[in-house]
Amino acid sequence: MTATADALSEAKDALAATGDGRLWRDSLRSLLRQRSALVGMAILLFLAAIALFAPQLAPFDPDKPLLGVEEGVTAAAAPCIHFLGCPAIQPEHFMGTDSNFRDVLSRIIFGARISLVIGFITVGLAILVGAALGAVAGYAGGWLDTLIMRIMDVLLVFPSLLLAILLVTVLGRGLFNALLAIAIVAIPVYARIMRASVLSVREQDFVTASRALGESSTGILVRRILPNSLTPIVVAGTLGIGGAILDVAALSFIGLGAQPPTAEWGSMIGKELSRVFAAPHLLLFPGIALSLTVLAFNLVGDGLRDALDPRLDR
Amino acid sequence: MTRFIIRRILVSIPVLIAIVFVVFAVARIIPGDPCVATLGERATPEQCRLFAIRYGLDQPVAVQFAKYIGQVGSGDLGTSIKYQLPVTDLIIQRLPTTVELSFFALLFAVSVGIPLGIVSAYKRNSGIDVATMMFANLGYSTPVFVLGLVLAFAFAILLKGTPLALPPSGRLSTGVEVRTLIEVWHLEGVQGVPRVLLDFFSGIYTLTALVTFQGKAFVDALRHLILPAVALGTIPLAIIARITRSSLLDVMGQDYIRTARAKGLGGRLVLMRHAFRNAVLPVVTIIGLQIGLLLGGAVLTETIFNLSGVGKTVFEAIQSRDYVVIQGFTLVIAVGFLIVNLIVDLSYAVLDPRLSLR
Repeated sequence: MTATADALSEAKDALAATGDGRLWRDSLRSLLRQRSALVGMAILLFLAAIALFAPQLAPFDPDKPLLGVEEGVTAAAAPCIHFLGCPAIQPEHFMGTDSNFRDVLSRIIFGARISLVIGFITVGLAILVGAALGAVAGYAGGWLDTLIMRIMDVLLVFPSLLLAILLVTVLGRGLFNALLAIAIVAIPVYARIMRASVLSVREQDFVTASRALGESSTGILVRRILPNSLTPIVVAGTLGIGGAILDVAALSFIGLGAQPPTAEWGSMIGKELSRVFAAPHLLLFPGIALSLTVLAFNLVGDGLRDALDPRLDR
Repeated sequence: MTRFIIRRILVSIPVLIAIVFVVFAVARIIPGDPCVATLGERATPEQCRLFAIRYGLDQPVAVQFAKYIGQVGSGDLGTSIKYQLPVTDLIIQRLPTTVELSFFALLFAVSVGIPLGIVSAYKRNSGIDVATMMFANLGYSTPVFVLGLVLAFAFAILLKGTPLALPPSGRLSTGVEVRTLIEVWHLEGVQGVPRVLLDFFSGIYTLTALVTFQGKAFVDALRHLILPAVALGTIPLAIIARITRSSLLDVMGQDYIRTARAKGLGGRLVLMRHAFRNAVLPVVTIIGLQIGLLLGGAVLTETIFNLSGVGKTVFEAIQSRDYVVIQGFTLVIAVGFLIVNLIVDLSYAVLDPRLSLR
């Protein structure tokens, strides 16, 4: 009798040990110690501020041509900053205008909104579906596991951008469908990660303990296994946001994603493809904006991985 | 070893069938009428009926699928609706461009990425390491199409007239031609599979020019490849450099490395003979995975540099709803990717004998 009581109290202790937030606190501290992750977070905060205050920051309407609105405006004009010696007769555009007489700076600013939202929604969707499938496959095992993972294998056999192009063709062009296609293509990655991490957590003592305490399968999966399997998903997700932004931009670049007049960075370059050599600012500014955003997510993702993976403790 | 190989090949077969099914299904549900897309808005219902009969579109989907499997099995991928050419011919025409481009992109990525990763790991936390990793991060974050356009702008427009200028589009300069293998070797009589192979390899301009000593054409083809290959290869390069570095650092912490050092072996010898060999497995995995990325990136690179390869063809086929081409090309790409993955898996067994025992 006492042995059972001991085992029960041990089990309760084991469960309690998994519940505190020490891992996350330690990880945050270690994340803040890394210079490159800090740089990434600074860029992200900057971008988030720009996205949040886009209407206040943008000097012009991003979608409306300025022809007839502003005097002397020309199409695809190079950047003109009066302070740096641009003649005062010319209208001032910090990043020039595009071939539709629109202010590039305003479009870049509003583009930040779209790209950030794209990144989070795409990866969020992919994780939601992928993690659910992976968790079920890993926890249930058997034929369900085989079925789910074989479907994931088939999805993984196609080069991701090509599959996304195919999917958008089926779903129809547009930003939301592009986002959906990229999310679908990313599902197998998260399903695999989740399954692997569920498999490793499933056999640990605290899971056995809660099973001994009579917790239901669903309860064990949702309350015990999932929280303890999330770390690799969080890391992969952060690293995936950059890739998702790049892929959606690529789809927009070839005309399958964001449709005009939406100010999306990839489509800004794609729409001006014939002019980029005559007016390189049309390529340069959206290009820099894209790279910077992706870089920021990658730096934070790398930092997060180093912080959350105790094996990499240096 | 043999059992490992056989098992691995057998596992691929269901995946292969699933691929054929997915490709078939996706091509069927692409919205839009192929008849209208091909014959134009003014096609009459009668014309469309004949069109449907001609391409078997009037039959039940299950029948179409069964027929398709049979066709694919016998090596017939159908006739392109838009080009009026057998898809296999189109593949022989277009695939060499992509294979050549991907090869040089991967060559660039591996030959620069691995040394960078090794130097970075060897001189950990030095200026070189920090600079390399910053470069890798930046390369990894730059979209293929942005990098391609920047390179084209820099080398074709800013450096125009200098010896560093490089052509930004096409595969050869006007007036330069690569004579085919059949022409050079006088093999006009060859038919069947050898003929297909000869045609295919003739499409890889650098290879053909090299083996038939067409020096001028070789240099010209190579010059045209540099910009697209660098654009396409930069993201894989960054990934390979990072994996090489972290994998080497993992291995360098192991006991047997310390033992080797303790025996008095020099740092470089330990690095190359003891550490690198054991660090190479993750690097090979990553290189294999890059092939899929390259094929996706090829769509963008081929569009920017105006190369008629597989990526551009698929993209154009999607635009014009050429089902047959979409099916055929996606199938070839997926199967190619499957084979690459198989080779990567098998190479593990060679690189790490422990794996084949499991």
